[in-house]
Amino acid sequence: MRQQKKPVILDKLDAWLADANQSFSPEMQKVRQEALESFKEIGFPHHKMEKWRDTNLTEALSFDYSLWTKEFNTSIKEEEIFKCDVHELDAFTVNLYRGRYVYKDQPIFEMDNGTIVGSIAAAFEKYPELVAKHFGKYHKEGDVKAFDLLNTALFLDGLFVYVPKNVKVEQAIQLINAVGREENAFVQNRNLIVLEDGAELTLIHCDDSYDYKRSFTNTVSEYYVGENARLDHYKIQNLNDNSYIVNSDYFHQERYANVSTNKMMLNGGIIRNEVYNKLNGEGSESKILGLYLADKSQHVDNQVFVDHAKPNCESTELFKGIVDDYAHAVFNGHILVRPDAQQTNAYQDNNNIILTDKAKINSKPFLEIYADDVKCSHGSTMGQLDENSLFYIRQRGIGIDNARLLLMYAYAAEVINHIKIETLLNRIDDMVKKRLRGELSICDQCVLQCSSPEYSFEIDMDKID
Amino acid sequence: MLLNIKDLHVEINGKEILKGVNLEVNKGEVHAIMGPNGTGKSTLAAVVAGKDGYEVTQGEILFNGKDISEMAPEVRAQEGIFLGFQYPVEIPGVSITNFMRTAMNEIRKYHGQEPLAAGEFLKKMNEKQKLVEIHSKLKNRSVNEGFSGGEKKKNEIFQMAMLEPQLAILDETDSGLDIDALRIVANGVNKLKTDDNATVVITHYQRLLDYIVPDVVHILFDGKIVMSGGKELAMELEEKGYEWIKQKVNG
Repeated sequence: MRQQKKPVILDKLDAWLADANQSFSPEMQKVRQEALESFKEIGFPHHKMEKWRDTNLTEALSFDYSLWTKEFNTSIKEEEIFKCDVHELDAFTVNLYRGRYVYKDQPIFEMDNGTIVGSIAAAFEKYPELVAKHFGKYHKEGDVKAFDLLNTALFLDGLFVYVPKNVKVEQAIQLINAVGREENAFVQNRNLIVLEDGAELTLIHCDDSYDYKRSFTNTVSEYYVGENARLDHYKIQNLNDNSYIVNSDYFHQERYANVSTNKMMLNGGIIRNEVYNKLNGEGSESKILGLYLADKSQHVDNQVFVDHAKPNCESTELFKGIVDDYAHAVFNGHILVRPDAQQTNAYQDNNNIILTDKAKINSKPFLEIYADDVKCSHGSTMGQLDENSLFYIRQRGIGIDNARLLLMYAYAAEVINHIKIETLLNRIDDMVKKRLRGELSICDQCVLQCSSPEYSFEIDMDKID
Repeated sequence: MLLNIKDLHVEINGKEILKGVNLEVNKGEVHAIMGPNGTGKSTLAAVVAGKDGYEVTQGEILFNGKDISEMAPEVRAQEGIFLGFQYPVEIPGVSITNFMRTAMNEIRKYHGQEPLAAGEFLKKMNEKQKLVEIHSKLKNRSVNEGFSGGEKKKNEIFQMAMLEPQLAILDETDSGLDIDALRIVANGVNKLKTDDNATVVITHYQRLLDYIVPDVVHILFDGKIVMSGGKELAMELEEKGYEWIKQKVNG
């Protein structure tokens, strides 16, 4: 058997840890050292592992990456890097550039209502007990993941949010992770979001690249959603084709907690999203949605594990994708209903439109049920654009390109329409339209073309009444 | 002459469905095409509208003197041909408003006209909506999604009213309609009639022709128009049944 080439960065890990560890407490340094040792034992995942069978990172990991451990250089103009924000969105914006927290005055601060927002590195110093209570606590028992260990060992910063009991944060928080400017960035972001009982938060999480430089990002986000708390979460991934991203979200819900997470995978070389959602309290509900648009040789992979641990919970999964050219999409959905979790409602759907005979889709919906009084369903579909619908639209005078676009857009809208913030909905709507028209490939500076004049869009789907 | 079909032969997957159809439709006329199931009525409608999968092996279709048989369906629509579908397609996620605005503007563009301003467009929508007694909330819904059979057919006539085609072919528009919906649909068609346009109504039953009075009735049987006449032909057919045609043709 041919030996796989060892990633060159394996030899750099110890030096990176030594560099990255400086600002952390001795206890935390120990945790990180142990995480790195454990990582070295298991190594990077490879495609012979069941969960990685359809996603091959060999090439993505073969480059000579560098971890940026330097302080953020304030001479870099913030607006130059983070210009791809959602315009007119009334949000409190937090920026991470290559894994470093960017700030003007202070890295972390407390609002009048007690909400804490800021750098997780700062939170480790300022609120050690609060962080320790939740950090690294919401993984599936027994499930050791190499990228989580690597992240724990090497993360430099990330977002920390704490919302006290019964506080409803009115303004959405927007986190922008940007890469660019320097070639071969290796980025480890770590986010921790804590919502105490009855708290409410809207979080928009964007992964952006502002040029065509290569990068590998490994993000781990942990979300604790207390009793009756409500988290409305959006993830927008829109990076250049040289971006590789492994993103893991851990949502832990207590009684009657409500989580909605909506992922928009618009562009990227390899995007791997893992979700582990534990419904740990009776009556909790989660909605896990995703839209992926992949073309050229892009690869997008969604791994969703929903763990029904307590009775009377409901989970809904809907992932829809349009896969063009040579692109490859993977979906693995796993619903576990534990013996106690009677009266569970769990739904899982993965639908795909495949536009060429070279594009590829691997979809594996899976249910594992140990309770006897449950309502569960799973389904997976693959198909082309419907010929009868195309003819109907063209018969009204709409040209074939726009007819196809209209159908693709309509297909995507089922996911987009779940977005509850109107300005975000309009922006995503516009981005999806542009993406479907292939306009992202024509830009030479910002992948989003935010600052460029609007291209005329013949399908005018703006709400006009 | 608006539509001139000459000796049209059409195959689907190598099977000949239309075996030499001749049809002439002038401006200002209403034609009815009747016939038993499976004789090629819907095929004729689909071929004129340009649906894929139909091969014209002989003959020609002239619209306003132009041969349209090689034109894409959207170009035929832009030229002024409208097909009212027997089974209108549901398009979740696209509102009727946006669908019609896009269609109208593409047709206007084809004729070198500027897009219609939003205000004018809305005014037109409201006006045409009344014609087919569509409630205002319908226009914000996705095209045909969750519509009843009657609503779908009303929506077809509404679209016809918006797009103002020169030639409308209504394929079994009466199927699945209760008497009230039938009256509304027929009413809409009658109100849209001008000296400059024409309508071809394809139907299985004479019932619709109580409301839409045709100038000419054609009977399509086994891929050919075997008989044409005035509106009384429909009555005679209703009375004697399609067996009468079979005997006439075969005997």
